[in-house]
Amino acid sequence: MAIPDEEFLLKTTSACAGCPSSLILRYVTKAAGADTVLVIPACCTSVIQGVYPPTTAMNLPVYNVAFASAAAVASGMSEAFRAEGRKTNVICYAGDGGTIDIGIQALSGALERGTDFLYICYDNEAYSNTGMQRSGATPLGAMTTTTPGGKKDHKKDLDAIVAAHNPVYQATACAAYPQDLYNKVEKALSIPGPKFMHVLAPCPPGWRFPSEKTVEMGKLAVKAGLWVLYERENGKLTITGASKAAMKKRIPVEDYLSVQGRFRKITPEETTEVQKTVDDMIARLQREVDGIC
Amino acid sequence: MLTFGTGNKAVAMAVRDAKPVVVAAYPITPQTEIVEEIANFVTDGSLAARYIPVESEHSSMAACIGAAATGVRTFTATSSHGLVYMCEMLHMTAGARLPIVMANANRAIGPGGWNIGAEHSDSISMRDTGWLQVYVSTVQEAYDATIMAFRIAEHTNVLLPVMINLDGFLLTHITQTFETVEPGGTSSRRRQPPHAIDINNPPGGYGTLTPGDTHFKFRYDIERGMQASIPIIEETEAEFARRFGREYHLYEEYRTEDADVVIIAMGTLGKEMEVAVDILRNEGIAAGAVRMRWFRPFITPPDLDGKDVVVIDRDYSFGYGGVVALELQAKCNCNPFSVIAGLGGQEVTFDDIAEFVRIRKPGTEHWFGGVDD
Repeated sequence: MAIPDEEFLLKTTSACAGCPSSLILRYVTKAAGADTVLVIPACCTSVIQGVYPPTTAMNLPVYNVAFASAAAVASGMSEAFRAEGRKTNVICYAGDGGTIDIGIQALSGALERGTDFLYICYDNEAYSNTGMQRSGATPLGAMTTTTPGGKKDHKKDLDAIVAAHNPVYQATACAAYPQDLYNKVEKALSIPGPKFMHVLAPCPPGWRFPSEKTVEMGKLAVKAGLWVLYERENGKLTITGASKAAMKKRIPVEDYLSVQGRFRKITPEETTEVQKTVDDMIARLQREVDGIC
Repeated sequence: MLTFGTGNKAVAMAVRDAKPVVVAAYPITPQTEIVEEIANFVTDGSLAARYIPVESEHSSMAACIGAAATGVRTFTATSSHGLVYMCEMLHMTAGARLPIVMANANRAIGPGGWNIGAEHSDSISMRDTGWLQVYVSTVQEAYDATIMAFRIAEHTNVLLPVMINLDGFLLTHITQTFETVEPGGTSSRRRQPPHAIDINNPPGGYGTLTPGDTHFKFRYDIERGMQASIPIIEETEAEFARRFGREYHLYEEYRTEDADVVIIAMGTLGKEMEVAVDILRNEGIAAGAVRMRWFRPFITPPDLDGKDVVVIDRDYSFGYGGVVALELQAKCNCNPFSVIAGLGGQEVTFDDIAEFVRIRKPGTEHWFGGVDD
């Protein structure tokens, strides 16, 4: 699917150099088009969109809401639009903290109620907006300002939680693969009902890598199998894009961990555990693809 | 149409007659009957609203915010823990200038021993959120105040949310006859606030990060809306009286003209004290009563100069005092006898209220019953 030239994310954000969340949002909005409202809770995007007067870096209406409330606000908004016979896309664009931690109750409720909306979690694996504190999405071994010795717990499996709600469409994507991302957003918005996308957002200052390497870091995550691109529609899982190859042959996770400053304190045992977690996840997804789970 | 039912049912019927487009619903005792009745109206088609059975009160207000932001009429109901759980969103509602209407069944907040009895501590602790708060005393008033709340909230001079407060069980669960109305012109299915989301003209940000000087102006605008609501309330009540024959005022006075001592309270106690006034008058005590209806905006009662004032608070601000008594003292020239009574649904009869007047000591505080002096 050809990506249109029209831009909805204007060249005026105050995002950090190499920011993946604005990169992702650029393609999300291109796929969504003009008849769209963005519901954005507290997160990096609520800051980089700019300050009052009420024009934002997004050439679309943006509704900024309380941290825990994005999916619930979107519920009300979607019902009101549909009651009035309007097809306007309602898209939550939220970070991992606002999704996996404080916003998960509202997300769960909105998915369960069959809300006609698209929820996109851009996952930079920490509370980056407030200066990189650990979230439920922070992976094992990663240093944050609240895990200065490296995180001792695993990343929460958000996708399994969402899958348990059986949304009409669920997908993962990565900032490094905009065409794959674009295609998935476009498809999601063509289906009525609750849709969910989880997008990996490699964050240069948070993950401690040079700002020109955002795309490279996203590709490493996919090649190492730490992040798998897929979509699940009507219960059927399809591996997409670069992850098709990664399902068969992957680079070691060490190649991904060693180039990020946040993993400076990861222990060899933890690295082994990360590798095992990846291998187990790939095996599980393969079983689902093969229809034996 | 003359009918009968509980305070909860009256609120639900008023909501049906006001025709909101979106209702968010989450159950909590003693409000639950409101959202159950509305569910019945939506199911039987007598209310063409989208009914969102949310997973928490935080989300019920969030859903109302999302819906109201598009310009449609919205309603929800809550009580006690539900109200304080949605506290963050209450602030955001007023901040976003969204005319959401909510009923709150006043109930104690636990634990410390769970208690579901009537108490005003829930709504009074939300006094600084920018919501208008009206307290009602009869089933009829619960119906009428709910109908009027939509019009007051949506007036472009106001654009602030309105909370209708009714005492848990003492009003939510008692049955009285009441009359419904055909509001017609007093409500419309869609009243577009000037700042509703408009996809085309031109897209903008709602709730964008706002510098201090602009935030300051927005706060001031909320207070201007609050003050502007007073004539709008009066205008709405006057039109309601003209069209439907039932009169309401900013506060309700009873035998105050020649009174030496005035009893002041909100909610159902405000009705009970009228009987107390009659008892005291028979004893030769020139008592009168003022039932405060609006706590926000705080509307000061008529001239209390030279009169003894007895204020009954069904609430308490720890480390400070009875909130209504102390706010009155700050706003009026009076030195009230502050009675703390009715917490947690404690029974307070008209005889008890008459006794408060007999034992009054201006400038002191009295905890009614079960507390050693």
